[in-house]
Amino acid sequence: MINFLANPARFMGATAWMAPVFGALALVLFFIGVRLGLFASPAEQYQGETVRIMYVHVPAAWWSLGIYTFMAGASFVSLVWRHAMADLAARAAAPIGATFAAICLITGSIWGAPTWGTWWEWDGRLTSMLILFLTYLGYLALISAVDDEEKASRLAAILCLVGFVNIPIVHFSVEWWSTLHQPASVLRPGGSSIDPSMRTPLFVMAGAYFSLFAALLIAHMRASVHRRRVEAARLRAGGAAP
Amino acid sequence: MNAIIATFRRDAALLWAGGGGALAPLGYFIGAVVLAPLAMGPDRTLLTAAGPPLAWVAAALAVLASLEKLFQADLEDGSLEQMLLSEAPLEALVFAKGAAFWLVVGVPLALAAGPAAITLQAPLERIPVIVASLLLGLAAFIGAGLVGAAVAAGVKRGGVLIALLVLPFFAPPVIFGASVASGQDVGPALALLGGCALFGCVIGPFAAAAALRLQAE
Repeated sequence: MINFLANPARFMGATAWMAPVFGALALVLFFIGVRLGLFASPAEQYQGETVRIMYVHVPAAWWSLGIYTFMAGASFVSLVWRHAMADLAARAAAPIGATFAAICLITGSIWGAPTWGTWWEWDGRLTSMLILFLTYLGYLALISAVDDEEKASRLAAILCLVGFVNIPIVHFSVEWWSTLHQPASVLRPGGSSIDPSMRTPLFVMAGAYFSLFAALLIAHMRASVHRRRVEAARLRAGGAAP
Repeated sequence: MNAIIATFRRDAALLWAGGGGALAPLGYFIGAVVLAPLAMGPDRTLLTAAGPPLAWVAAALAVLASLEKLFQADLEDGSLEQMLLSEAPLEALVFAKGAAFWLVVGVPLALAAGPAAITLQAPLERIPVIVASLLLGLAAFIGAGLVGAAVAAGVKRGGVLIALLVLPFFAPPVIFGASVASGQDVGPALALLGGCALFGCVIGPFAAAAALRLQAE
């Protein structure tokens, strides 16, 4: 699989259908998830209607972590096998993950104001999500600061892998410095404590976020391959790159 | 082994003599500490509660500000190629550079944090643990700093970039260090700081050496 996708031509052939399909899937799932989350699911006993922010907030948090994990995997493959498409995958995933982390922070703050009575609290999860966001920013800054594209990818891959130690800190921070944030309630040992009427829209939204990520990732990677082909064709034709 | 000792001595000498030497980060540290009471007001109770951890923040900033010179010159003047050609593993040479940085920049900072914490109204009996915690914490900072400085070594005027790359790794030592400085859970926090320092000493040289090999290609 890894070898198969290392060839840009095969990658382009195998993924031609993916971006539109995942894009359409994301649209459908967002439509269903927003309907279920905003209209069909019940308000919560203590939080009232504000609980609906969860359907935007929690999937963004899950996938901003998931995308960083994906980037770390891609960085590992890139460093070990000098895999050009893994380079592209990590680079393409970073801005999406950073955006998800920003969505998570912003909606979390909006959610915190009515429920906790504060826009921001320096507890474990908020702090580590902010640090994850900073890690994304650092990755993006490094990519754009190094001129040589290939060298930039490899250096950023090293940074990404070292930054990966942050992921367990993010995950276990609830247990470490738990203050105000509620402990994990969906994925925890002993089964989920959230009611199915809220779990279904949450998982639909999580699927929607994932499809959006997949569509954007594939589209970005394909665009990068196209751009490189254009640059190569320009060089062959004897013209200078712009 | 000779190469490792030679790298350590060369780097210590260069850091001591060049670019303001050990005084530059020290002066920066004192300046940052002075700003804190100016910003918060000289109220004793407020400073007693919030002041001592600020010595930690100032030390972190002083390290961030001086990381840029770790590898930049080596990359420009060809010393890096010599290190790659050396029989000693690059990881060990990078470790030696980090150790020299800790000795010349880190230890004076940690010692200066004692009087700095006194001016920030830390109780006298807590000063020795604050200094000890900074000796450990600065090792953790420098371990992370090696990675940031190595991946950004080829970037012109990369100081701010390095600071951004390294900041996320400063979070755990700062959390435990501030806990020591404010006198909460001193023993466990010191142990965790030791863990951070060991982690930085192991991961830092390996990741930094991998990045430097790429830089030299």
